[in-house]
Amino acid sequence: MADIENDKIPTVVVDGVDIVYRVNGTGAGRGSATAALNRMMRRGQTEKAAGVRKVHAVKNVSFVAYKGEAVGLIGTNGSGKSTLLKAVAGLLPVENGRIYTDGQPSLLGVNAALMNDLTGERNVYLGGLAMGMSREQVRDRYEGIVDFSGINEKGDFITLPMRTYSSGMAARLRFSIAAAKDHDVLLIDEALATGDRSFQKRSEARIRELRQTAGTVFLVSHSNKSIRDTCDRVLWLERGELRMDGPTDEVLAAYEDFTGGPDKAKTKVAA
Amino acid sequence: MSQVLDTPPPTAPPTDGDLAALAARYGLAVSGARPSLPEYVRQLWARRHFITAFSTAKLTAQYSQAKLGQVWQVMTPLLNAAVYYFIFGVLLGTKRNVPDYVPFLVTGVFIWTFTQSSIMAGTRAISGNLGLVRALHFPRAALPISFALQQLQQLLFSMAALVVILLCFGVPIAASWLLAIPALVLQSTFNAGVSMIMARMGAKTPDIAQLMPFVLRTWMYVSGVMWSIDKLAKGHHDWPSWVVPVLQANPAAVYIDLMRYSLIDSFHASQLPHHVWALAVGWALVAGVGGFIYFWKAEETYGRG
Repeated sequence: MADIENDKIPTVVVDGVDIVYRVNGTGAGRGSATAALNRMMRRGQTEKAAGVRKVHAVKNVSFVAYKGEAVGLIGTNGSGKSTLLKAVAGLLPVENGRIYTDGQPSLLGVNAALMNDLTGERNVYLGGLAMGMSREQVRDRYEGIVDFSGINEKGDFITLPMRTYSSGMAARLRFSIAAAKDHDVLLIDEALATGDRSFQKRSEARIRELRQTAGTVFLVSHSNKSIRDTCDRVLWLERGELRMDGPTDEVLAAYEDFTGGPDKAKTKVAA
Repeated sequence: MSQVLDTPPPTAPPTDGDLAALAARYGLAVSGARPSLPEYVRQLWARRHFITAFSTAKLTAQYSQAKLGQVWQVMTPLLNAAVYYFIFGVLLGTKRNVPDYVPFLVTGVFIWTFTQSSIMAGTRAISGNLGLVRALHFPRAALPISFALQQLQQLLFSMAALVVILLCFGVPIAASWLLAIPALVLQSTFNAGVSMIMARMGAKTPDIAQLMPFVLRTWMYVSGVMWSIDKLAKGHHDWPSWVVPVLQANPAAVYIDLMRYSLIDSFHASQLPHHVWALAVGWALVAGVGGFIYFWKAEETYGRG
């Protein structure tokens, strides 16, 4: 790496990474009891014989991201973008290769930690704690989170269980909780603009703020417009392989060619 | 899909130098690597508020759709005890040679249920929460511990009901009731440890969750939950001499009998195995420490599908 300029500080180094999912209960004759028994008897044999199917989601991907960069990840559905992002966050084990990071990268999103049967208020606390905030931090930011979500604009909804919210309201609260924390390396997986027009504007502004405080940002999106607005560098993944890595305009032009003509319908957010 | 047939456009050549050396030069850490054991304990301690909040949230969410709501926290164990009383006390007549049979039975059922549900919840702690494991970063031991804590909170509701039952059946309040506290602490440590062991096994092989109910039911019947090991042995003089000590030394029996000894005046120390507190501490330490280390050893693999 003699060609690295001295002023560029790497924050994420991905070195020849493969990611493989293993799915149980596939293969020939699945579902029938005799087939399952047969698989168990042949356990010592290859995984394929044991009915485990391997999905090679990311194949030998290498790149280096530097401090202050905003990197877009594009590719058609199922090309491994989200999988790669999760591996960078340290949430999915890699099969081969290594991922090195500066500090703990975090995915923007807390959906999985929230419980629909609890009130919005308790979910704010639960989500904040799940993201690794301290109790004091959550308490300090509680008002901000609720105000930002706008949940209470139409009455005292924050004290109702989340299952009573409309899908838009729930999405707004989830985003507000997720966006309340500052990150070193921030990974954003689509889900950018949720809710109504006014909330979309607010959330875009908040993402911009987060980007300024974070060292490096990764953005997965199907919206070429938001990639263009946000990122100065783009990685294009196709069928798990890194097909192109370069300046946004160059890669997006090639991608638009590939997906069939310039982007029209896709300027709308595809989330 | 004609797209896939296209030849790939020329890609910027990947920097083929030594990426690992670059990472080392700037002090980058391997993402998702397993932390050292002291570091892991520190991380877990930092997440203690999440662990308690998560367990309380689960407990509250459990009955939030029911009309009676949290009343079910107390109703469920009571109904369980009533069923066992009907079968073992009335139909099978197990109660004949056990004094204070109802307190004896209910204590056994509650304490056993605590261990049983902690282990069941532990088995699914990782495999049933893959969404959470794949979305957020936290020491994974937080999950089984949190579930064990949820069961402990559930047990405290049951214990409140138990106190009422004890008083209704004329068991006097005694200083020995205080012994219930160390017994519960030890049992909780044991449960959390076994939960972590099962969580790792269940994460690797989800089928274990299907098998556990049978293992647990067998364990329940040999642990003297609804009969007295001591009294039963007196009716079976043909048993080899090691059977009773082994049955009595199994952790479930140890914790159940300790609780009975603490709470029920007609349950005498002579019915306890020798060195019962040493056994209780031993099981808690072996399961607690061993389970924690066993769980930590696979920390980086949780979340694989």
